[in-house]
Amino acid sequence: MQIEVILNGKEVVLDVKEDELLADTLRAHRLHSVRKGCNTTCCGLCTVWVDGRPVLSCATLSVRVQHKQITTMEGVSEDAEEFARILVSEGADQCGFCNPGFIMTVLAMKNELHNPTEEEIIHYLTGNLCRCTGYMGQLRAVKKYLGVA
Amino acid sequence: MKIVGKSVPKTDGLAIATGKPVYTEDLAPANALIVKILRSPHAFAKIKAIDKTKAEKLAGVECVLTYEDVPAVRFGTAGQTYPEPSPYDRLILEDIVRYVGDEVAIVAAVDEETALKAMKLIKVEYDVLEPVLDFEKAAGHPSVIHPEKDLHCNFDIGMQQDKNIACTHKVQVGDVKKELQNCHVVIEETSYIHAVSQAMMETFRAFSHYDHLGRLVVVSSTQIPFHVRRILARALQIPASKIRVIKPRIGGGFGGKQTAVVECFAALVTMKTGQPAKIVYDRKETFGCTNSRHAMRIKVRLGADKDGYIRVVDMEGLSDTGAYGEHAPTTFSVVGQKTLPLYSKTRAVRFEGNVVYTNKLPAGAFRGYGAPQGAFALENAVNKLADELAMDPCEIRAKNVIKEGEKSLVYITEGLVSSTLHKCMEKGKEMIGWDEKYPRRQEGNKVRAVGMAVAMQGSGIADIDTASATVRLNDNGDYSLFVGSADMGTGSDTILTQMAAEILQTPLENITVHAADTDISPFDPGSYASNTTYVTGMAVVKAAEDLKRRIIESAAGFLLVSPEEMEFTGDMVQMVDGKRKISLKEIAERLTIGVNPRQLVGNASHGIPISPPPFVAGFAEVEVDKETGKTDLIQYVAVVDCGKVINPNLARIQAEGGLAQGIGMALFEDVRYDARGKMKTNSFMQYKIPGRKDVGKIRVSFEESYEPTGPFGAKSIGEVVTNTPAPAIVHAVYNAMGVRVTDLPITPEKLVIRSL
Repeated sequence: MQIEVILNGKEVVLDVKEDELLADTLRAHRLHSVRKGCNTTCCGLCTVWVDGRPVLSCATLSVRVQHKQITTMEGVSEDAEEFARILVSEGADQCGFCNPGFIMTVLAMKNELHNPTEEEIIHYLTGNLCRCTGYMGQLRAVKKYLGVA
Repeated sequence: MKIVGKSVPKTDGLAIATGKPVYTEDLAPANALIVKILRSPHAFAKIKAIDKTKAEKLAGVECVLTYEDVPAVRFGTAGQTYPEPSPYDRLILEDIVRYVGDEVAIVAAVDEETALKAMKLIKVEYDVLEPVLDFEKAAGHPSVIHPEKDLHCNFDIGMQQDKNIACTHKVQVGDVKKELQNCHVVIEETSYIHAVSQAMMETFRAFSHYDHLGRLVVVSSTQIPFHVRRILARALQIPASKIRVIKPRIGGGFGGKQTAVVECFAALVTMKTGQPAKIVYDRKETFGCTNSRHAMRIKVRLGADKDGYIRVVDMEGLSDTGAYGEHAPTTFSVVGQKTLPLYSKTRAVRFEGNVVYTNKLPAGAFRGYGAPQGAFALENAVNKLADELAMDPCEIRAKNVIKEGEKSLVYITEGLVSSTLHKCMEKGKEMIGWDEKYPRRQEGNKVRAVGMAVAMQGSGIADIDTASATVRLNDNGDYSLFVGSADMGTGSDTILTQMAAEILQTPLENITVHAADTDISPFDPGSYASNTTYVTGMAVVKAAEDLKRRIIESAAGFLLVSPEEMEFTGDMVQMVDGKRKISLKEIAERLTIGVNPRQLVGNASHGIPISPPPFVAGFAEVEVDKETGKTDLIQYVAVVDCGKVINPNLARIQAEGGLAQGIGMALFEDVRYDARGKMKTNSFMQYKIPGRKDVGKIRVSFEESYEPTGPFGAKSIGEVVTNTPAPAIVHAVYNAMGVRVTDLPITPEKLVIRSL
């Protein structure tokens, strides 16, 4: 079936199967920043925004985003790059496979929380797993980015 | 130094952080066949019959392969230098399945839906056999897991096939029994290290196709491109010269991708169909059908004199290699290699034991490679000994651990060249506030306590690891660096570029690193055994120096002076008095145009007779709820001696990440099976790696030493950092609750029940 969505600011019509998951639809649409890591809503790698809010695209049926605004990292490339530069300067990008989902959550957090405490930052980002960094470098980068160091 | 020792950002950092298509799956051709594996539901069974006719008839199915369709030559999947010590005990598909998840058939179809449908149409009849699930009962079990006659070992590893013993190992110096009798105190402690999963974020994946020369191209997320090429050549029975292995960016490895897990399935499909083929494991397969850390039981006896000098270290191990023996002998011998030299006042040491086959997921390589198991057992025992002697655990270590210049009875017999472990311990004590906090403080139901451990690792594999590197001066005066190592995300490509840039006195941007492609890269065993910075790094240093010498010679030729009178300044070669000079750009141009060009390439290979150990001192502070048994890690402090720190930011992150993995192993992670041998923990729902709220505050500091055999004085850092969290946290929890949990993980249940 076909769904109409606003994908990264552009109106598009996507052909999807009834049981297709948004992560697969987006990857098939060559949005390679979308990654799948767990299939059980545990790792946060597949995080994209639906109407501006972070959701797990591996657990979202594509048919449910009909007429909604979908944003992947490709759609917020300037903001993503601004934070990515800080992350990379901390050395905290590492294997990078979790970075897009993590960064999409960080950008969403910036929109949602004002002057968050360290505890609030950690809480907001808890759903985003990383196996490389041990999280400390990511936290340093987030605090620098938000100016709450 | 201008570039070495600086926290430069990773050269590929921005591309990977901003989600660019740089990983294996992103690069796969859109028309690739989708490969899926039908797997055994039984832990141990003989296949009586397979009927694949219905599956083959399904529209869109391109091939269905069973044990009748694969080469009959046994091979191993361990990524190790030839001749591999791991047994050749596998076929691509076989009529015996040895664990739940073992491969039964390979299906390739035009899309995933069709492949999954086809799998359901394959009918398999099994003769179910009694599995061996308890590794302590495996040796001599009535079920023989590898009854085949054509199993092959490249050399004697002590295999006893009929007894399920994959290999045996023994190292001993001195008379253990006699020396124990002379000791004032003898303690014994048995530790169980469970299987844990590498759990890298990018699961296993590869794709393959034929190129214009009819050669098989395999693109894989692997740590070991050259070993993959050799393994494929044997498994598929084609010459290695007909295979090209390319490694793009890797989404984490941690040793898991030191085993060639998926490549042969895609490659075989391409060989059978002529078409591109792609295989991507999901998380369930990655947990349940690839490899994990070896579970081990290690009994340690320590003898000490009344002054607290450890005179005897006696260790007996048993390791569970699961259904296949990849990495079985080597992980086991590493247990001894990375523990016995640590306490150097000994008069007798021994490490011996068996590695056994069981009907479970094969074990493989995982960061530390036996050393975390050994460190856990040894450090638990040393902490127990400190209690027995009523000594501060830091003090007993300060007395006993090996120092610069000291020898050990085994492995470090010529003397240790570099170590700041004593400084690491002092600094760690200060950072955590040991003297104020040891052993505990109690507030109501909660107890806060501290614990500690020390550990060593190696840097590359002595007498085996070699690497080659090539640096080329290009026509515009920029450089290309070719290495065969595999950056798993740690930043090794960047670190190697920093080294070359330092020697060639050029900005980082002027060097493009290429790694790895077996057609293009010079040989490298791959990224494991903490070898990239130390071994490949030295090859890069030598290659860059070789090129620098050639540039000076060429410049001297152009200026008609002798090379001895010339100096290299990075962008210029000039006479020492500055009178005559020529720019690098002009040299490059002159060498690549005209009648007598000679493009310059610096080449070097580097092999090592030793494996200098990095060291770490780790300190844990925990808070345990006495009523519920819940343990919270408050902070973890680690002070590391990895020689010269080439890139402080990258080293710090690597240390923090390794510590987090050790913390996971101590507190949460546990590969569990049901009574029939089916893995229960094959998702992140069941298998808990630490999240942000679980790791407390991790604090890392460095105490640099200078290792003269390493590039710019560097040793390794990748693995050593994983070794101390488990024993240090066990120690802290013991200090809190009086219960020493030597069988990981430290669950609340265990603590509550055992403290009653």
